[in-house]
Amino acid sequence: MALRLPRIGTSQIVALGLILVANWIVSPQFFDIRVQDGRLFGSLIDVFNRGAPVALLSIGMVLVIAMRGIDLSVGAVMAICGAIAASLADTHSLPVVLAAALGAGLLCGLWNGLLVAVLGIQPIVATLILMVAGRGIAQLITEGRIVTFTSPDLAFLGGGSVLGLPTPVVLTLGMMALTLALVRGTALGLMIEATGGNPRASALAGIGTRFITVGVYVWSGLCAALAGIVASADILGADANNAGLWLELDAILAVVIGGTSLFGGRFSIILAVVGAFIIQAMNTGILLSGFPPETNLVVKAVVVLTVLLAQSPRLGGHFAGIGVLFKRSKSGGKRS
Amino acid sequence: MHATETLPPPLLALTGFSKSFAGFVALDHVDFTLHAGEIHALLGENGAGKSTLIKAMTGVVHRDAGTLRLDGVAIAPRSAEEAVRAGIATVYQEVNLAPNLSVAQNLFLGRQPTRFGLVREGEMRRRARALLGEFGLSIDVSAPLESYSVAIQHIVAIARAVDQSARVLILDEPTASLDAHEVEVLFAVMRQLTSRGIGIVFVTHFLDQVYAVCDRITVLRNGRLAGSAPVDELPRLDLVRLMLGRELSEATSRRPPVVEGEARADVATFRGVGKAGTIAPFDLALRAGHVVGLAGLLGSGRTETVRLVFGAERADCGAAEVAGRAVSIGSPREAMALGFGYCPEERKTEGIVAELTVRENIALALQARRGALSPLSRREQDALAAKFIGLLDIRPPDPERPVGLLSGGNQQKVLLARWLATAPRLLILDEPTRGIDVGAHAEIIGLIRNLCREGMALLVVSSELEELVTYADEVVVLRDRAHVARLTGAQIEVSTILATIAEAPSSVPLSADAA
Amino acid sequence: MIRFLSRLTPVLATAAVFLAGFVVCSLIYPNFASLRVVMNLLTDNAFLVIVAVGMTFVIISGGIDLSVGSVIGFTTVFLALAIERWGVPPLWAFVLILVICAAFGACMGAIIQYFELPAFIVTLAGMFLARGVSFLLSTESLPITADLYAHLSDHALRFEGGARLTVPALVMLAVVIGGMVLLHLTRFGANVYALGGSRTATGLMGINVARTTVLIYILSSVLAGLAGIVFSLYTSSGYSLSAVGVELDAIAAVVIGGTLLSGGYGFIFGSFLGVMIQGLIQTYISFDGMLSSWWAKIATGLLLFAFIAFQQLTLHLARRSRRAPAGVHP
Repeated sequence: MALRLPRIGTSQIVALGLILVANWIVSPQFFDIRVQDGRLFGSLIDVFNRGAPVALLSIGMVLVIAMRGIDLSVGAVMAICGAIAASLADTHSLPVVLAAALGAGLLCGLWNGLLVAVLGIQPIVATLILMVAGRGIAQLITEGRIVTFTSPDLAFLGGGSVLGLPTPVVLTLGMMALTLALVRGTALGLMIEATGGNPRASALAGIGTRFITVGVYVWSGLCAALAGIVASADILGADANNAGLWLELDAILAVVIGGTSLFGGRFSIILAVVGAFIIQAMNTGILLSGFPPETNLVVKAVVVLTVLLAQSPRLGGHFAGIGVLFKRSKSGGKRS
Repeated sequence: MHATETLPPPLLALTGFSKSFAGFVALDHVDFTLHAGEIHALLGENGAGKSTLIKAMTGVVHRDAGTLRLDGVAIAPRSAEEAVRAGIATVYQEVNLAPNLSVAQNLFLGRQPTRFGLVREGEMRRRARALLGEFGLSIDVSAPLESYSVAIQHIVAIARAVDQSARVLILDEPTASLDAHEVEVLFAVMRQLTSRGIGIVFVTHFLDQVYAVCDRITVLRNGRLAGSAPVDELPRLDLVRLMLGRELSEATSRRPPVVEGEARADVATFRGVGKAGTIAPFDLALRAGHVVGLAGLLGSGRTETVRLVFGAERADCGAAEVAGRAVSIGSPREAMALGFGYCPEERKTEGIVAELTVRENIALALQARRGALSPLSRREQDALAAKFIGLLDIRPPDPERPVGLLSGGNQQKVLLARWLATAPRLLILDEPTRGIDVGAHAEIIGLIRNLCREGMALLVVSSELEELVTYADEVVVLRDRAHVARLTGAQIEVSTILATIAEAPSSVPLSADAA
Repeated sequence: MIRFLSRLTPVLATAAVFLAGFVVCSLIYPNFASLRVVMNLLTDNAFLVIVAVGMTFVIISGGIDLSVGSVIGFTTVFLALAIERWGVPPLWAFVLILVICAAFGACMGAIIQYFELPAFIVTLAGMFLARGVSFLLSTESLPITADLYAHLSDHALRFEGGARLTVPALVMLAVVIGGMVLLHLTRFGANVYALGGSRTATGLMGINVARTTVLIYILSSVLAGLAGIVFSLYTSSGYSLSAVGVELDAIAAVVIGGTLLSGGYGFIFGSFLGVMIQGLIQTYISFDGMLSSWWAKIATGLLLFAFIAFQQLTLHLARRSRRAPAGVHP
């Protein structure tokens, strides 16, 4: 674990800026923004619009990772909730649709949380179960077809706009604000960071670590549900096979880019969201520059490795002195 | 010294071993000599430097200075593996074998007999049985190691080490989790090894075992050599004095002015509280403005006692009463709700959250007690941090510094601040002055006195007996996982405590299986 | 003997599940219980078994390898291009791709070992990289028309009733047997178990942990490459989107086969059975004709949960029955 002073996230924001500028260089119209029917259009807006689902996932994922966990099931949960929303959209009112889809996400999160916190299963294993079974459940809901709907209410969540901004972007910002209020407005954030940083010390300081663990998985499930709703609303349908496929990996990547360590502890929700938009800006940039879109995965792999190596305990050279302190504390573990 | 002169030249000779970590001196010019066929006890309290000495001689830690000679030849192993090859093997308390592999695989891992690249399982088992047979052990060697008791695991580890032509065997607290019978079995093995000319370094904190099996004793204290003598020239009391006492001048141990004890209110009382295999049932009464000290050697059950009191471990018998009301304390949260606080001994693994700031670390327990939904505002946190940084003189006085970057003494103060912020009725301190510099010792002791004066109840575990006697109103002495004596008033003297600790136990020691 | 049996319990449970499933299927569909169905089961799942064998090594050592599906995809594309476009003789192409896979696995293992990073994230990057490179090579499905391929797919051990033991199935059986020998009968195999049991202890026992770790990931990647070769034989084509998600199937098979995901315990044969159970479910669904494919995923998920819960329970009971070492950690 590298000790670090609280980050202000300059590097992530600079990186996003640089990528946007690079996009502008390869495509001079990149920053052009038009207003049409009261909604903003343009490549830049597109980056945020398309990045919204991963950004939503990363909001939940960052909390899970800060608690030394991981949630591999978010892609599958997206598919389940998207399928529920799409199947109900034409027969039920929007509140019912949303309640059903979000409720399903909550249940999925609760399942993961209970497996991790109560049964004590490693997070990667516990969430693997839902990752495998979840897509099957989603296909069960859609009966293997691509379910389409026409309800303008739900469609608004994907294609509409609020104050000129695409709804997915507004929803992402709203979810981010809500999560920030919940986590930073209360002491939950401190408790999550303390537990991720040192679970034993936190339990001895009276923090209810088990309850918080369940809580972060539930929240991750909710975020995934919202991402699934947005994804369905965007394409006016649900494709249980492909909705959210591999997005759990993008979400983890966004969190890692956002500077939160996979070993838990300090986290930043805003920077995780910035990380998600960095990923999307790279995608868009590769498209605009005329490279085959397939280059994307290679670029992502390189980014993951670079960020990881920068976080690696081995490369934390300037913290070497503290490393020694930690090693010593590990070796002297006997008590009277 | 006659005994050693008749022996051949030393098997292992360490001279001037020194090692410091980030400015903290762990070993300071320590000499150590081991003869062939000798069992040599290496003793000392936590932080005395035993572990570092062992690691330095086996190359796990690189020493800053000193020479190591095996049979008169200077060697410098750079890893445990090289040490083994040179003939120095270590068996640690937590057996360093693969628990999931069979006994035979563990004995021969990396050097299994093979034919055409395949392990000759039958031959390996035959050899394993023969090897263990030498130690009088006849077990199914194809069963996984973890299906056997810790004692057998230790013997397997020893057998592996000896079979790899070890001449020096270091046993690091092998008996900590063994029962009396298992200890006897292990001793038989050790004696047999010495008859083959192997030298054994035996680290333990059970004095009976030292006198039962060892030929010579070396005591470390605060990284320095405190003394070394043949067993029959070092009576028990002198040994305990070497381990715990400084140059004793009893006139300097000051007792605090005794306040009228009876008038003080009971904060918490424990009757018959205990946990099988951990600590024998004990009674404990904690009163406002009253300091109860827990004294005993390492492993005597001090930490276990306070962990039961704080609910970090659940007692399996007994009753607790807080402020006259019967309570059950099953978790730290419940203990905190009753107004308890606990600074653990393992500061880094159980105390601080290294990457959080001083301010956040101080606010943590108070925040946990208030619940997540009523957060301390940033202003309240800043005020809290400022107050305690000033009060406890935490340095550097920067509330936004990650606490992992502070020195040990300042980390300890941050932990104290964390609990003081909750204004506890009972504060439990486990080795509050361990591993911190001398200046900070005095400050922490001063603080304990102040807290006591303000009416807080305190329960303090300490190996620093000279310090303990200056602030304790009552000292409970522990031995072999049981409370054996309660000293009050004029009885609280370092010499009395030492004598009580050193008394040979009248009964069989409580073992892990006793209950 | 009793102890030996108790270690085998998970595998026996898997075998029991497989047999029970097979019996149930046979009762429902009388022509299910035929040599032909069994042989098809072996052929259709050959590549998955091969990957699962490699994954078993990785998981027993306490790691995980998410890159295997992508490596299969990369292998098929590479083979198609090498054989069809670049004119490399098929056998040389096989050797070449296995060498590339070995180098790929070595890199992942080395990064995990020397930078002390979690295996899952490093192999995740490997997954992106392998899939991305195969996309860059080609995004189309490329048929492989080399003579060897036609020859190999004709070649099979034939039995009565039209049952055929094909080349992929034979390769798979050889890998299973080879894997069992390597894991259960060699020093390397013992080291793999030791790593999963206790990494630090293994190092202190003088085992070269770094070398073993790198070798394990090389093995996994090479077997994934071999699975890719088998897959290309099976489909006679190369496609960059082939074998998406196979890493999950392989992990599920390994866990259902009784290997502990936290490492230290497991058997190759269990993983083989785990794949066979998944294959059985697929076959049942195709026999049924009415049931939809998603039930396979749900059933796999349920089995996963059942086996993980079972493992957790046995671990819990084992911990309870073992004496609490007093005076050590809580």
